[in-house]
Amino acid sequence: MSVVNIEGLYYKFKEDYVLEEIDLTIEKNEFMALIGPNGGGKTTLLKHILGLLKPDKGSIEVLGLLPGKANKIGYLPQRSSYKSNFPISVFQVVLMGRYNHFLKNYDKIDHKMALKTLKKVDILDLKDKHIEKLSGGQLQRVLIARALVRDPELLILDEPTASLDPQFQGKFYELLSKLKKEMTIIMVSHDIGVVSSYVDSIACLNRKIYCHGPVEESVEELEKAYQCPIDLIAHGLPHRVLRNHGN
Amino acid sequence: MLEFLQYQFMQNAFLAALLVSIACGVVGTYVVIKKIVFISGGISHAAFGGIGLGFFLGINPVLTAIPFSALSAILIGALAKKVDISEDTAIGILWSVGMALGILFINLSPGYAPDLFSYLFGSILTISNTDLIIMLVLVLTILLIVGLLHREFTAISFDEEFAEVVGVPTKLIYLILLALVALSVVVLIKAVGIILIIALLTIPAAISRQFTYKIPQLMLGSVVLGMVLTMAGLWLSYVFDLASGSTIVLVLAIAFLITFFLKKKFDIIK
Repeated sequence: MSVVNIEGLYYKFKEDYVLEEIDLTIEKNEFMALIGPNGGGKTTLLKHILGLLKPDKGSIEVLGLLPGKANKIGYLPQRSSYKSNFPISVFQVVLMGRYNHFLKNYDKIDHKMALKTLKKVDILDLKDKHIEKLSGGQLQRVLIARALVRDPELLILDEPTASLDPQFQGKFYELLSKLKKEMTIIMVSHDIGVVSSYVDSIACLNRKIYCHGPVEESVEELEKAYQCPIDLIAHGLPHRVLRNHGN
Repeated sequence: MLEFLQYQFMQNAFLAALLVSIACGVVGTYVVIKKIVFISGGISHAAFGGIGLGFFLGINPVLTAIPFSALSAILIGALAKKVDISEDTAIGILWSVGMALGILFINLSPGYAPDLFSYLFGSILTISNTDLIIMLVLVLTILLIVGLLHREFTAISFDEEFAEVVGVPTKLIYLILLALVALSVVVLIKAVGIILIIALLTIPAAISRQFTYKIPQLMLGSVVLGMVLTMAGLWLSYVFDLASGSTIVLVLAIAFLITFFLKKKFDIIK
């Protein structure tokens, strides 16, 4: 069963199409990197999958349901969507990822999961801290924990490594490689070089999907998406890309 | 010092101050952390339309203010989300339209409206038993709603987008929160008046926010601060024969300044 199934999606912002004729199928346990130039519509596409935006044309199915109805989704937004001086502790932020429905209090299992997930991302010692007192990297880990704590079937990460400290970055990718056995992962990233050695497939998006497939096959198509390709591939994709992926 | 408590109107005033503190401590916490101070200002001024309607129909203006301010709260919320105008524009329109309607209604009402000023600037000393009962019911309603929906309110205040993704009906919860502001506005109207309401909705929460980052403590702190400071203001206004609403607000503002500088100093010492 495919986890995400998008057919003929169009999305217009004011006069112009931001997304055009998007067809995209993501299979179960696929780890997909979504790449493309800034303003290419990556976050917009994620928001359609999350049900935050409605397409003008076309259909989306997520985990067999309409987007917004699927509940088993973990989401790491880009920095801008929350307030970093909000009066709340690290633990409470992570607990929010366990939100279930009206009138249901966070129970023992929710608390246990929150602690377990904080441990997974190595910040258990920060659990009672005010989020305002955290560094950018620590805060990002809190939000990663908030996304993971749901035990999601689909994990959506919007530039997860943007503000991660370098020490944790490697560990984070290792964690994702482990997680992909249990879930499907979509990750927006600019870090094409690193990403390519961990993911199963790459989709390049610049208003249209230029390619979606295993890493090697996608590389050539990258240039079409980026439009100034040679530069980027030479700098952004180190040699190991073509070596590491035989499957 | 306590001899003034033997008067019925003083007892009522103190009970009113108590209810006011609870309403503004609990709802004010969300007003401050969700940063909806000016929407709340708009709702409180729009409530004046409801007051005017009460005069026009010849019924207790506080009663007509309830649906009126709740409706304007929902209108501000819905206008800003649905129509292509910015929220501060929606606030500005409803703010002034509400006030204009209030004046028009009073204009059309037969006779003279002697206690009009008490709704604008507050007159906690003229609060009747009926007013107290209305306030009590509203405060209990507010506490019940917050008790049931505090998880949702916190979630949309912190990160609306994430809240939506995990299944919080964010638009509905936001409108309920605005309606809650409207209810607390009605609780506050007679005590401090429309023009000064926003002070009570923001200052106690702003003070206690400096000292805690836990929302339950923040609420409790705001309620206690609200009680102490409104009582102090009330007492000062009695002793020096000053307008009660203004004195309460000034006491709050002075307390904010003092705690602000104390906090700064303490942080330097640390």
